[in-house]
Amino acid sequence: MTRLVPHPVLSASLVLLWLMLTRFSLGYLILGTALSLVAGWAYSALHPAKPRVRRWRVIPRLVATLLWDIILSNINVARLLLTEGRGTRRSAFMQVPLKITDENALAVLAIILTATPGTAWLEYVADTGTLVLHIFDATQADHYRDVIGKTYEPMLMEIFE
Amino acid sequence: MSPLQAVPLFIAIPVAIMVVLGSTLTLIGALGFARLTSFYDRLHAPTLATSWGTGGIIIASALMFSVIEGRAVIHEFVIGLCIVVTTPVTLMMLARAALQRDRAERSPVLPEDMQLRPQHPEPPAQG
Amino acid sequence: MSATILTIALGYAQVALALAGCLAGTRLLRGPRAQDRVLALDALYVSIMLLFLVTGMQLGTAFFFEAATVIAIMGFVTSVALAKFLFRGEVIE
Repeated sequence: MTRLVPHPVLSASLVLLWLMLTRFSLGYLILGTALSLVAGWAYSALHPAKPRVRRWRVIPRLVATLLWDIILSNINVARLLLTEGRGTRRSAFMQVPLKITDENALAVLAIILTATPGTAWLEYVADTGTLVLHIFDATQADHYRDVIGKTYEPMLMEIFE
Repeated sequence: MSPLQAVPLFIAIPVAIMVVLGSTLTLIGALGFARLTSFYDRLHAPTLATSWGTGGIIIASALMFSVIEGRAVIHEFVIGLCIVVTTPVTLMMLARAALQRDRAERSPVLPEDMQLRPQHPEPPAQG
Repeated sequence: MSATILTIALGYAQVALALAGCLAGTRLLRGPRAQDRVLALDALYVSIMLLFLVTGMQLGTAFFFEAATVIAIMGFVTSVALAKFLFRGEVIE
């Protein structure tokens, strides 16, 4: 089973993607399945270490939190861009010590921070575990520190580590 | 104009709201992008377009074509997925490039503690 | 009735997105440094991609969707290649 389908999640999402791009029919299902199997073999030849997801249950909660956060920060940043905070807005650089070290968890954290307007990921220093961020509104520094440290990091640790 | 007339009113209103929302957010982002003065500030402006700007228009398009064709048309979400996964890569690489160039020329844009790569975090990492 | 609402909304969206593209274009021409121009190119790609989607909705055809997909992917590849060049091309060592 693992030799035939080395990356079940990747193959399943490729089939889903194939069916989304075409329309659902038996022929496309078979073609898509064949293609995704080949892609799975090719991928396992390229990249032997596969990401491990420990707990799938946490993912819906993460997505829901993220969507809500994105809406809120969209409103926030749009308001700041239009009014410029009446000349009082200042941006800031910020350094956050991170506890997570897993590559995949870091990649997901990068997507989360970039998708939320107001925070930009500048760099991650692997030897010290420091994340350098740029935030649009300096007064929200503590809020972002809280959100990263207390909301997203525990969830990502639960999922990946 | 015939395809638009086939859309019933209770679908047309959410579609219109979503389209207006998405394009307005994109416009606000672009406005900020043209007006902000520092590169690191400008880094935030396009994320408005890539989060709810794209999201609103994609949802509206999927909703409208689903109704017109009478089946679930969700291929727009492939674009959404593509944007969500690729924007962080672009922005991260640009930010790192800008940071490196600013450090190399000791630009005054960067505060003092940012001139070098952070060496030791203030608290020791909790194991 | 619904055609009127949709025509107005889609027309507004087209104007707004075209304007957004123009603003990104001014930054592309004006942007003081190279990274500003690359970021502007990325923003331009996104607005034009959305403009294609909206135009496809207005004409009621799915043909613009393929173009939008290609633009989304090409925009990513271009921006990453340019960013990589900025990162590696001018290192002062």
